[in-house]
Amino acid sequence: MDGQSGHSSPPLSWRADGRKGAAIGRPAPRLEDERLLRGGGRYVSDLIATSGPLRVKVLRSPHAHARLLAVDATEARTLPGVAAVLTAGDLAGVGDLPCDWVAPGMDVVPLHPVLARDRIRYAGEPVAAVAAETAVAAEDALAAITVACEKLPPVADQEAATGEGAPRLHDAVPDNIAFRFRRAGGDVARAFAEADVVIRRRLTNNRVTAAPLEGRAVLSDFDAGTGRLTHHTSSQLPHAHARSLAECLGLPLHKLRLVAPDIGGGFGAKLGFYAEDVICALLSMRTGRPCAWAEGRGESFFATTHGRDQIQYAELAARRDGRITGLRTRIIADIGAYAMGMGPGVPAINTGTSTTGQYQIPNVETEVIGVYTNRTPTGPYRGAGHPEATFLIERMVDELARELACDPAEVRRVNFVRSSDMPHKLPTGFTLDSGDYAANMDAALALAGYAELRQWQARLRAEGRYPGVGLATFSEGSGAAPSIAMGAIGFRRAGHESARVVVHADGRATVFCGTQSTGQGHTTSLAQIAAGVFGIALDDVEVVEGDTQAVPFGTGTFNSRSITIGGSAVYEAARRVMDKVRKIAAWKLQRRTRDLIYENGTFRPVAHPGAVVAIAHSVRKVAQKVLPVVFRRRSGFELPAPQRDAGAVTFADVAREAHLGHDLPLGMAPGLDETCFFDPKDILFDYGAHVAVVEVDAGTGHVALLRHVVVDDCGRIINPLLADGQVHGGAAQGIGQALMEAVVHGSGGEPLVSSFSDYAMPHATDLPAFETGHTEIRTRMNPLGARGVGEGATIGATPAVVNAVLDALAPLGVTDIPLPMTPMRVWQAIKRARDEQNLERGDDA
Amino acid sequence: MRDFVYHRPATLDEARRLAFGEGAMLLAGGQTLLRDMKRGRHSPESLVDVTGLVPGRIESRDGAVVIGAGATHAEVAGSALLRERLPVLAALAGHIGDPAVRHRGTLGGALAANEPAGDYPSACLALGATVHTTEREVVATEFFAGHCRTVLEPGEIVTAVTFPAVRQAAWVKFLNPAARYAMVGVFAALAADGSPRVAVTGARVDGAFRWREAEAALTAAFVAGGLRDIHLPPDGLLEDLFADAAYRGHLAGVLARRAVALAAGPAPGVMVLSHGSRAGTDIRQ
Amino acid sequence: MPEVSMTVNGRAVRGAVEWRALLVDFLREGLGLTGTHVGCDTTQCGACIVHVNGLAVKSCTMLALQCEGAAVTTIEGLAPPGAPLHPMQAAFRECHALQCGYCTSGMVMMALDIVRRLGEPDEATIREELKGNICRCTGYHNIVRAIAAGARVMTAGYK
Repeated sequence: MDGQSGHSSPPLSWRADGRKGAAIGRPAPRLEDERLLRGGGRYVSDLIATSGPLRVKVLRSPHAHARLLAVDATEARTLPGVAAVLTAGDLAGVGDLPCDWVAPGMDVVPLHPVLARDRIRYAGEPVAAVAAETAVAAEDALAAITVACEKLPPVADQEAATGEGAPRLHDAVPDNIAFRFRRAGGDVARAFAEADVVIRRRLTNNRVTAAPLEGRAVLSDFDAGTGRLTHHTSSQLPHAHARSLAECLGLPLHKLRLVAPDIGGGFGAKLGFYAEDVICALLSMRTGRPCAWAEGRGESFFATTHGRDQIQYAELAARRDGRITGLRTRIIADIGAYAMGMGPGVPAINTGTSTTGQYQIPNVETEVIGVYTNRTPTGPYRGAGHPEATFLIERMVDELARELACDPAEVRRVNFVRSSDMPHKLPTGFTLDSGDYAANMDAALALAGYAELRQWQARLRAEGRYPGVGLATFSEGSGAAPSIAMGAIGFRRAGHESARVVVHADGRATVFCGTQSTGQGHTTSLAQIAAGVFGIALDDVEVVEGDTQAVPFGTGTFNSRSITIGGSAVYEAARRVMDKVRKIAAWKLQRRTRDLIYENGTFRPVAHPGAVVAIAHSVRKVAQKVLPVVFRRRSGFELPAPQRDAGAVTFADVAREAHLGHDLPLGMAPGLDETCFFDPKDILFDYGAHVAVVEVDAGTGHVALLRHVVVDDCGRIINPLLADGQVHGGAAQGIGQALMEAVVHGSGGEPLVSSFSDYAMPHATDLPAFETGHTEIRTRMNPLGARGVGEGATIGATPAVVNAVLDALAPLGVTDIPLPMTPMRVWQAIKRARDEQNLERGDDA
Repeated sequence: MRDFVYHRPATLDEARRLAFGEGAMLLAGGQTLLRDMKRGRHSPESLVDVTGLVPGRIESRDGAVVIGAGATHAEVAGSALLRERLPVLAALAGHIGDPAVRHRGTLGGALAANEPAGDYPSACLALGATVHTTEREVVATEFFAGHCRTVLEPGEIVTAVTFPAVRQAAWVKFLNPAARYAMVGVFAALAADGSPRVAVTGARVDGAFRWREAEAALTAAFVAGGLRDIHLPPDGLLEDLFADAAYRGHLAGVLARRAVALAAGPAPGVMVLSHGSRAGTDIRQ
Repeated sequence: MPEVSMTVNGRAVRGAVEWRALLVDFLREGLGLTGTHVGCDTTQCGACIVHVNGLAVKSCTMLALQCEGAAVTTIEGLAPPGAPLHPMQAAFRECHALQCGYCTSGMVMMALDIVRRLGEPDEATIREELKGNICRCTGYHNIVRAIAAGARVMTAGYK
């Protein structure tokens, strides 16, 4: 076990993988699919359905802001079937919920109680909890709990939060400002003073929710006899959540087993550490029975963290030739009622350091202000801060193109950081490791047939229609991160990832990894890495994730890090195992390791070893003659005659030997078992380009998505099927934010969205078949050369679609449509533009 | 859901008796009722299941089409008779909800529910349908009685609906991107006697209604040009996250024009717009 | 409490259920068939789709008692344990049409219904037919491909 591994040229075993048919890079169908397709998935709610635990329900505040005066559960406790009731008064000794990413400059972290104590700060905040024999009994008990509270005026949006006389959410934070994060480089004042063109915009990035199809769910089982808690939860971070749970409850970690079984989607919403985990564990400890909670869909809209929600003031300075010289942004990010989970760091660090996108902008000033409001806390959601920054810069670049009457692709090209300038240190702090943005965009334009698209657009425009072509490029800092950096940016978690690779006596392997799949297919992709190193069949590798008892160390899955960091750990651990395998094989074949060929699972000596080999060979022969004699003299037993004459040794033979230890190289310990902690040297960047093609129906505001093209560069691709799947799904969510998704609150802070009948997501009819391609520049930041692919498509899709719709409506004078661009908003923008220009409406039926 | 008693009577008469009871509600396909009960909108004391008791036959009678109230949306959509005689109605049924919902939801259930954005109510109004119940016959214009209400008395069950022949008909709806029912839907028809009918759904809390102003404008000729500049005034129109009153009123005009234009074209004359989807984008007049 | 009898995946079953028990609850908790999932509360997401008397229905919007005497097929009934996957299931696997797997049983059951009714529909039709199925992971791209591929295999078998 050691720290980071540098790597230079690919090692021998890597070359063995390069042959055709090797596991890495193969579009292998997933190993886990058979089980899932047969209905054999085991999601937490399935465990609940088949094990008969007590059912837990949570009483949530309907008010956004209130003084909590009294919670009376006396009657509830006596109802039939009720095993226990919790209110804040029952939580003495229980810790509060942590903030896992305290943004730099965030001096105060307000307390975030598991159950509201004296104040309620968002509609949906947990106030009490009941464990009962049935869900219905629990609901009846909730109805019997009386809550006395005094409503307070709420802060309903982030700009109002800092205003004069705004209500204060947290006593220790007088202006509701959670943090101010500033980054600056170069001379912004001068850039703006000398600019030929200055563009100023106020943009909004809408609040959305991840809405994984499986809601959150918890099944907690405390065994008083052993003091062990077995805690099943739908989580993206088993180890981090185990730590948080242990801290809240004062449980020793060696007595806690946290299991994340099959998880039905996460997208960042299952990164936070939530009250319900503490509640179920505590109820189990107090009742002596397993206790389970499963989120209802309606509940999920206020009980689970939301994403995005920024108001952005952007100013861009440029020269007439299109070169952007300066960028100034002031971003007001809604943290919600509490600093929860990774919430504050997402806008501060991720948005705050990526406003320049793929562009070479030397003079930059960014300020991100995180603000508390009486709404559900925000947290990471696919892209986590990068989509917001990318939306900002990609909108501004298109605005510049419009201002200069220049093609948006050309304006981008002129401003890209060139691949020859990489690594390139951004004025905002991070370093772009490598990449060729121009080649990547050109690949997207070629795949889209960009020139033909503009001709098509001209033709349709002549017919009085509104076709649009939209571009967006993105660059995402991914693979968080060197652990030392994590500490520096206020992250309460590690940045490394760990993997343990074990080869069993029959030559099959198990990979234990600290990542957590929520649909990304790690059971297959991580197996491919190990299988590729070992040259064994994919079916012969089992991946274990999501069980802190089986996998003692782990950081988890977020920021597109599972392959880059987790996969690298798997790769390194497998490589070390393979080194040992080679040594054993060499011992058996009486050769040096470099004189072996490994093919189809078998080691053979090269045909003609040189003179040096012959000498070493003789030395070994002598040693092997002496050993049995010594052994006989000492013990009186005969060593079994070694099978040295086979001329070939299989991987399985070596594995067996490693377990038996009958005939290992002198001084070598038995076993094939290596653990690697991969701690990256720096973050790296995945990047890509999107082209969206739309047609807008001016009469109704309807937008038809005709095509969506994505060319991304995720470096080395482990499994093309899986990589493209991430692109499709990611793009769908980005499109959803652009066109229809929105969590909306009323002026009183009350949620107006509580079901899929209010919250719109794209259905199959609403999306085109995606056209995907990849450029591949392998990063040097990890031995795989991978950049991560889980979030990029979401980041690029939103601005591409937005730019396409604005492009479609540019002839009408439309310059902005607030997100999401619902049909009504599109029509309102058209109407506004027409009214302003007093245009003849024409037959827009 | 609150608890209730579930009855599965063997005859229609028994169903009527049970449905007459206090707190009893009729259950057909359940796609509306059970969904609403799960959300707490209804808490009946008993449910009376009429599945199999109300016929679902689709037949021709005196030049009109008669559809049994028990016919599921899927059965209406797939009816060879309807596809020949009244294809717009078959297609409308084929666009209610989704395929699984259509296997359960029934014509009778949809009419009795009279949801504000219901598709069938607007079709019944525009086609001049007659609703048959266990007690009487009621013309469509008198059947619907406000928000989620009809003239049905306790214990009265819809048994069939008669749709007379029309010269032209079309149905256009723009889906609410979340709930996926009509944000606004317009059913336009030119009756056998030459009178125009325009029924709008999704626009008012009371549900589908005949748009008299639009019909007046079409009396001279049943062409889209007659509806130029028409829109519903915003007063009293539904407002939700996806459509305020002004937009709804405007949509009604646009969709009415398109429905009239579509009615002159080839069968079935149905267009459903869904945000993002390219379906329905080729029709522009 | 009333009792309900039905056939599930070819096996006669009988159980006591509350009046208000939904079919999906009876399948999951009564019979332990947890392959059918619940993903919403507005009858929209389709994760609960099973076949009742040969038709795809949303089991979250049916009472268990409404299925008295019915023949119900769930995802577990498509291929007996140990037997090869149904061609539609195999198509989903080959096309990478599932990621988290939560919507998958509903998608497969609806896919079978689509093929039964429409044979080999084109892409636009398949997308239309999935109006009652929500997937948050795949962007539907591979699901549509899988259904087309599965339809080809299934209809070839009948030629």
